[in-house]
Amino acid sequence: MTSPLDYSPAPGAASAGRRVRSQTVLELGTTLRNGEQLLLTLGIPLILLVALTVVPILDLGTSARIDVVTPGILALAVMSTAFTGLAIATGFDRRAGALKFLGSTPLSRGQLLTAKFFAVVVTEVLQVALIAVVALLLGWHPHGSPFEVVTLLLMGTAAFCSLGFALSGVLRAEATLAVANAIYLLLLLGGGVIIPTDRLPAAWSAIASGLPSGALANGLRTVLITGATLPWSCLAILAVWTVIGVIVAVKTFRWE
Amino acid sequence: MTESALEVVQLCKRYGSVTALNELSFAAPAAKVTAVLGPNGAGKTTALEICEGFRTADSGVVRVLGRHPRSDAAALRPRLGVMLQSGGMHPGASAATLLDHVASLYATPLNTAALSERLGLSGLGRTPVRRLSGGEQRRLAFALAIVGRPELVVLDEPTTGLDPQARLAVWDVVRELTQAGVTIVLTTHLLEEAERVADHVVIIDGGTTVAEGTLPELIGAESASVLTVRTREPIAVNDLAAVVPTGVTVREVSPGHYLLTGEVGPDVTARVATWCTEHSVVASELSLRQRSLEDVFLDLTGRELRP
Repeated sequence: MTSPLDYSPAPGAASAGRRVRSQTVLELGTTLRNGEQLLLTLGIPLILLVALTVVPILDLGTSARIDVVTPGILALAVMSTAFTGLAIATGFDRRAGALKFLGSTPLSRGQLLTAKFFAVVVTEVLQVALIAVVALLLGWHPHGSPFEVVTLLLMGTAAFCSLGFALSGVLRAEATLAVANAIYLLLLLGGGVIIPTDRLPAAWSAIASGLPSGALANGLRTVLITGATLPWSCLAILAVWTVIGVIVAVKTFRWE
Repeated sequence: MTESALEVVQLCKRYGSVTALNELSFAAPAAKVTAVLGPNGAGKTTALEICEGFRTADSGVVRVLGRHPRSDAAALRPRLGVMLQSGGMHPGASAATLLDHVASLYATPLNTAALSERLGLSGLGRTPVRRLSGGEQRRLAFALAIVGRPELVVLDEPTTGLDPQARLAVWDVVRELTQAGVTIVLTTHLLEEAERVADHVVIIDGGTTVAEGTLPELIGAESASVLTVRTREPIAVNDLAAVVPTGVTVREVSPGHYLLTGEVGPDVTARVATWCTEHSVVASELSLRQRSLEDVFLDLTGRELRP
């Protein structure tokens, strides 16, 4: 009979695909089992979607309220998962030494970041599906091509992910938690997310349009409200933020 | 001489004005247990983390399985298992999830169910790591270090926080690993355990090697013993030293507690007993024992508390 535990050395890494897939599943599992993360990624966007549609608290212009609110909520969902959630989780995993330990395994830094990105995308698919269902029930009439909407969402995800990694690389875990939440709240209110940039004070409106939140929400509103073709200026702004985030993240990423 | 799985030659590392490693050198023979011992702050963790590729040395040479820990990192990672001094696990994941995940990063990992069973991790269910006890977390970290079937396993204080049963289980597995051909390098503050488990011992202090060798080499010949003398009233060390032969060293540990080392045998014990009787000194303890690793360690690194 052979023992089920054969300790004789048999070193070797699993295939790169298998490593990334396993890490993605781990990231996804810990995100979806974390109550605070779920409140951030699903609870707050859905509550705001319903509240802003039903209660006429903000002047959102002439289009149907739900049609103006929903694109902003989709942008908020991306921001909560790709930026705030990612930055906080990365900060606390690092503080627990989990990233350092992974650095001793065959999982490379690039594979870890790829897996985290994939886990963010899968979470967003769930968010977008739930938000779309609720919005449709509230009378949402989306326009434009789904391809263009997906392009904008992915570009926004790339920008916010890179900025999330950058933030968690620059600050300690507790500071990341505080700053990521503060930025989330500021962008939610003044970053063109729930209040369209053209409804903000003129001086601030231009700044908000250049923020990743404003660019993503404006792009989504342009396509989903009017059915216009892909707004390249919004994509360009998101691309610039992605490059900035990647440069900072690569410079500041630490396993510990 | 067996081939070394790990070689450290004249390693230096400074953090600002603090010298962590000062020309540290040692080697870990293949398929053996090497214990790296030293007081807190001696440089043990710094040395291990340079070997693991987490830190770079200012100067010196490190060969891990014949490779450079940083420039050959990608090739070394599958061959090296690491248990950090603390933490190392995702706080929100369960033990089984993490063990299965880390196993799936390797080509031919250990059977995770059997490994969990062996280390008493099977009953932990879906409890996230942050709610496991300290001992459970350490056992899981140990399992994660060996699940990929590495050639070399580096364990930084693997039994800290473990109960006696868990410690035995970990040491048993360490033994089985070396029997299967795995090289183990570990640090511990438990010198009795090091004495039981280590084949090769490295004692470091102030960032440099103060002793290295097999246990018999360090502890000395069979005849090397220690006589402990405890008296009700303090006695003068010189009085005691006068009655024992040259070659025996008398040291006061504290007033009323003395250690006689060197060529100490039954004759020395008898002389001390006679002297006590003649001088009406009441000896509460007069015991002869084999010299231990702890004696060697304290002789080399001193008995004072480190600042």
